[in-house]
Amino acid sequence: MDSVKRKKLVDHWITYGVVILGWIIVQALGATGHMTNQINGLLVPICMYVILAVSLNLTVGISGELSLGHAGFMCVGAFSGSFFTKLMAESIPSLSVRFAIALVIGALVAAFFGVLIGIPVLRLRGDYLAIVTLAFGEIIKNVMNVIYVGVDNGAIRIAMEKKSNLNLSENGRVIIEGAMGITKTPKASTFTIGVVLVLLTLFIVLNLIHSRTGRAIMAIRDNRIAAESVGVNITKYKLLAFSISASLAGMAGVLYSHNLASLAAEKFNYNMSILILVYVVLGGIGNIRGSIISAVILTLLPELLRGLNNYRMLIYAIVLIIMMILNSAPSAIAARGRLLERFQRKNTKEAA
Amino acid sequence: MRRFVGLGLAVAMAASLTACGGGNATDATTAGTEAKADAEDAGGNAGGAEPGDAFRIGMIGPLTGDAAAYGLGVRNAIELAINEVNEAGGMNGFQVEYNPQDDEHDPEKAVNAYNTLKDWDMQILIGAVTSKPCIAVSAESASDNLFQITPSGSAVECISEPNVFRVCFSDPDQGKASAQYISENKLATKIGVIYDSSTEYSTGILESFQAEAQAVGLEVVAEEAFTADNATDFSVQIDNCKEAGAELLFMPFYYTEASTVLKQCADKEYAPIFFGVDGMDGILSVKNFDTSLAEGVMLLTPFSADEAGSQAFVEAYKAAYNDVPNQFAADAYDAVYAVKAAIEQAKITPDMSASDICDAMKVAMTEITIDGLTGSDMTWTEEGEPNKEPKAAKIENGVYVMQ
Repeated sequence: MDSVKRKKLVDHWITYGVVILGWIIVQALGATGHMTNQINGLLVPICMYVILAVSLNLTVGISGELSLGHAGFMCVGAFSGSFFTKLMAESIPSLSVRFAIALVIGALVAAFFGVLIGIPVLRLRGDYLAIVTLAFGEIIKNVMNVIYVGVDNGAIRIAMEKKSNLNLSENGRVIIEGAMGITKTPKASTFTIGVVLVLLTLFIVLNLIHSRTGRAIMAIRDNRIAAESVGVNITKYKLLAFSISASLAGMAGVLYSHNLASLAAEKFNYNMSILILVYVVLGGIGNIRGSIISAVILTLLPELLRGLNNYRMLIYAIVLIIMMILNSAPSAIAARGRLLERFQRKNTKEAA
Repeated sequence: MRRFVGLGLAVAMAASLTACGGGNATDATTAGTEAKADAEDAGGNAGGAEPGDAFRIGMIGPLTGDAAAYGLGVRNAIELAINEVNEAGGMNGFQVEYNPQDDEHDPEKAVNAYNTLKDWDMQILIGAVTSKPCIAVSAESASDNLFQITPSGSAVECISEPNVFRVCFSDPDQGKASAQYISENKLATKIGVIYDSSTEYSTGILESFQAEAQAVGLEVVAEEAFTADNATDFSVQIDNCKEAGAELLFMPFYYTEASTVLKQCADKEYAPIFFGVDGMDGILSVKNFDTSLAEGVMLLTPFSADEAGSQAFVEAYKAAYNDVPNQFAADAYDAVYAVKAAIEQAKITPDMSASDICDAMKVAMTEITIDGLTGSDMTWTEEGEPNKEPKAAKIENGVYVMQ
């Protein structure tokens, strides 16, 4: 029992270690002047996609429910976080304080929507979560496309369809501008903050998985009836996993919105949700470290292939297929196992 | 038997390969020039990195995806203009190197493209083509103090940074100009508007149009929205405009949707005056569209491929890319010549740093006057807005007639 525990602990530390090692390597390269602008610009998006992939893995891999609206949670997080940062520009002058509070707000708002959706849907059996999250993502996108929020004299005004419907007074300013979204959010995201958030995400998810709660969640995934028969509260645990996953996505959204000067709802469409799901599936469903690796590779790849012009999307697709075959095809797994076995036998022989 | 099947498969594969080769022939020119650009880039870097012997101009725009038509037009037109400039002796006596990058109409990808261009030692940026990527890139270029001129980023916020200029009209200016034109020429007094509530382009034009319409005494009797997700059926919107008695239908959106609206209006036997803005340019080239439906459509556009002044450009563009240039291409072509004029005005040389070039360009841009495809006697304000006259065109017998 003790050795099992220790093995798990070592496993956790390898995962954290990979992230910290990545951070150290990047800092070292930066200090010696070996970083290109291109890679430098990709660091924050990589952290964001890693958080998204790990958090979705909690829903898809650990809780065993399919979610097709992860971008929707990211969207509400991004908009609420950015809104706060812009709203409080005068009352809280320090950008880093505003950003820290924005991260919390983004996570809370996304978690609220996660609970809202989860309460009715997670009571049902079957693929209803996939359908409802898909609808949620589209609804959020379309609502954010037509909503206008402004502020004047300390009051927040909300209107639909047109800026003029806000009836702002002369000293008022529009913060959320319909299809234009939020523009000119101050750039607060850095790679170090991104890495800290990745570590926080890993800490939450890994500890959850290996706790009493996590075992209950996995028991529900593996056999709902058996779990119910031993007194596990199905809805409660599923809701817990789902809302944590949503809130982490909201946090990633805040990281995204504070990295770019233009935030628009059209980015958070169905394709974005599927992209995150692709990271999870290719990294291995339920495999947290796999999610990290696939998110990093698949974010870097299309950018590094820029030199190939029109062929890059083709190559990107081929890489996806190859990764899928290596990860999932039974014969590929068997070949991988044989290779590993031969390697280990060689090692033991040498040791002997 | 199995051998025959194998042989058959091999033949089929060979055939499909040759078919692919044939299909790519039209792309060969662009691919060839890209390869050339890459080779130059590699050569420049390999040859001891001498950044001082040529200007390096970058471009960002959607070369793939839904908005690719705009990005490709801009990319080709810049390439055309730069080739012309290089043949005629370059800018201020120096040759120009060119590097276009794809942003897929996504702000995140646009910033990635910008960083890639920075690694290439870009000195001047022409882009981004679409508004939201342009805003995201302008924040980055402002912090680097790198000169940026967008051919077609029309949202107000695109040029809010001091280092960014634009060639096209801003969205509010277009709406205002449209209302003024309608009222001055007494086209109609009762106006129906159909607009796309999911794009900032359409809502931006609509808002200023409404404000100006009120000021000049036009009555907006119907205001009907659609979104990009349901832009295939406009019957409800058309019916409402018809019932409200609109004599003129104002359509501030792109030509693909406009072609559907025109078709459905004809089906309903509703024939008001149709009035579009620069997004309407291109309506005559929509596939499977009966161009007789577009007869009498009026549009406010800075450029038309059929007017006399632009024939030299249109012919050169057709010869190089086998396509008719749109107004995005025209704006981009003018952007290159504006950059050339400003460089020569301020006597900028390529051995200056990007930041020094930017400081000099910012001043020079307000001093130059150019006669371009999208307007004669174009000048720029300190804020980066162009001063040029809006032009209205009417489609008669399948061609644009300038009014």
